[in-house]
Amino acid sequence: MDTQNTCRDANRVVQWARSHLKGLSMNENELNECKALAKRIRKHALRMVCAGKSGHIGSMLSTADIYPVLYRDFLKVDPKNPKWPARDRFLLSKGHGGAALLACLAECGFFPLGWLNRYYCDDGKLSGHISHHIPGVEFSTGSLGHGLPVACGMAMAAKRDGQTHRIVVMSSDGDLNEGSTWEAIMLAGQHHYDNLTMLVDYNRLQALGSSKDIIDLEPLGPKLEMFGWRAIEADGHDPQAIEAALLRLPLEKGKPSCIIFHTVKGKGVSFMENDYKWHYGGLTEDLRDKAIAEVEAM
Amino acid sequence: MRKIFNRELLKIAAERKNVYMILSDIGYGEIEPFANTFPDRFINCGVAEQEMTGVACGVAMEGNTAITYSIANFPTLRCLEQIRNDVCYHDADVKIVIIGGGVAYGELGMSHHSTEDIAIMRALPNMVVLVPSDGAETKAATHAMMDYKGPVYFRCGYKNEPDLHDGQEVTDFRIGGSSQIRDGKDATVFFAGTIGVDAKKAVEELEKEEGISCRLVSLYSIKPIDREAIVRAAKETGAIVVVEEHNLSGGVGSAVAEVLMDEGVGCKFKRLGLPDVYVTKIGCQRWLCEAYGIGPTGIKAAIREVLGK
Repeated sequence: MDTQNTCRDANRVVQWARSHLKGLSMNENELNECKALAKRIRKHALRMVCAGKSGHIGSMLSTADIYPVLYRDFLKVDPKNPKWPARDRFLLSKGHGGAALLACLAECGFFPLGWLNRYYCDDGKLSGHISHHIPGVEFSTGSLGHGLPVACGMAMAAKRDGQTHRIVVMSSDGDLNEGSTWEAIMLAGQHHYDNLTMLVDYNRLQALGSSKDIIDLEPLGPKLEMFGWRAIEADGHDPQAIEAALLRLPLEKGKPSCIIFHTVKGKGVSFMENDYKWHYGGLTEDLRDKAIAEVEAM
Repeated sequence: MRKIFNRELLKIAAERKNVYMILSDIGYGEIEPFANTFPDRFINCGVAEQEMTGVACGVAMEGNTAITYSIANFPTLRCLEQIRNDVCYHDADVKIVIIGGGVAYGELGMSHHSTEDIAIMRALPNMVVLVPSDGAETKAATHAMMDYKGPVYFRCGYKNEPDLHDGQEVTDFRIGGSSQIRDGKDATVFFAGTIGVDAKKAVEELEKEEGISCRLVSLYSIKPIDREAIVRAAKETGAIVVVEEHNLSGGVGSAVAEVLMDEGVGCKFKRLGLPDVYVTKIGCQRWLCEAYGIGPTGIKAAIREVLGK
């Protein structure tokens, strides 16, 4: 596992403050750090999925560029105090892609990097779907459609208590198939939860094929806006575009926000990109090494 | 019972500023005082039980107590995965309150009957299951539930259920306890919930007409269950009949049988509940119980059967 260049806590405080100063964007050095962290997340995820003989690598790789910006530049979180009451809440509703989040959390110092070696194995530390028993994981998911309703409850309680932290949910094509997600979309719009943000890892593939052929979500942004949300779109693999989108939050006072991140399932590995079989597909050691070589060359 | 529950909840919410009520568009005529008194702690999620349960979990995870409230099986089965994955797995302080357990909404038909709820709810780790039988137990159970931190399933009656405690308060209510309505020496009849009125009638008639003396116990706490009262009943009376307005599979009778087997205590034993069927006959609660053999006639027959009379 890579152990260098982990996020430095001292810098993070500065970065949190900076994230609220609109108009500032990451400099060249920060951009390179984000890219380097995304590479490490991808490599961790590839090793974890291979060693654990698990799946969902395509869903992990599509989010790998978003987490570095979220955790370095945007979310108010403290790796040394994961339950800090004023923290921003981040809920990964697409819990099957959890290994990428776990890799990011380990890189940020929430728990030792060595735990990643005990993913998806007997007497392991980390399960295939994320668990709140792990420091930094706000909420356990795995079955889709659970994140946004819970986030609505957190948003309601935060507003009532006058708290200013943000509640951020990462959803996906499959997560947006679930009726419970749309129940919560309606509720959030109805009650003007502008402290709530939904990020969509919009790779347009789900377990058995193209979401266009299974449940076409288009036009997603306009649909959400008709439900009382404000929605924008951004390139989910460009750290500067990701940051620029996040810095616009909340998008409109009185409305929940959605950023639809256009992503590529399997991003960074040519033989995985845009191929739905890598929703479940397992990795041999040869394919893992080939994939890691491609990620190194990104 | 629902009026008593809502009245007591209102009192508790006035004292505890972190009590929320999360609805799915059910509760007309009962929930308005809470909604009007505590509008910032009340939300009607619309007809969306999955979302309601998720919202309640999110509210609870921020240090609050959240009540979900609806009728029959609506706040349990439609959103069972939210109860399991969100509420119970996170040990969130959510209280799931149903109005009208069993066949309380008899004439409305099978969709409005809650006859598998106890089995399903007690199968969930971290979940407490309370089934009060009358107003006195409802009042005590409401306070016990709100004093407890963690998930609770509360099967409340619908309306105007007869009092089983002779107008007395239940002062010794505790999660994991039970309430002895009367003592007896020939057999013990355990029941849970509003079917207690039928059990009491059956026991009183048997004593008067046939001289059979039965202990009558309300098992208002199904999980945890009063193991000591069950073992003591087996040893002291030698025969147990369990009556429930619920499917026989996995319900109150099963819970009592599990205790007896675990403790290695044998006695004459019979479970009385719905025999793994959906209720298709049409009628009111008490009529349906009688029609399906779990009313007074069926209870008396079961007691005679275990006693060989």
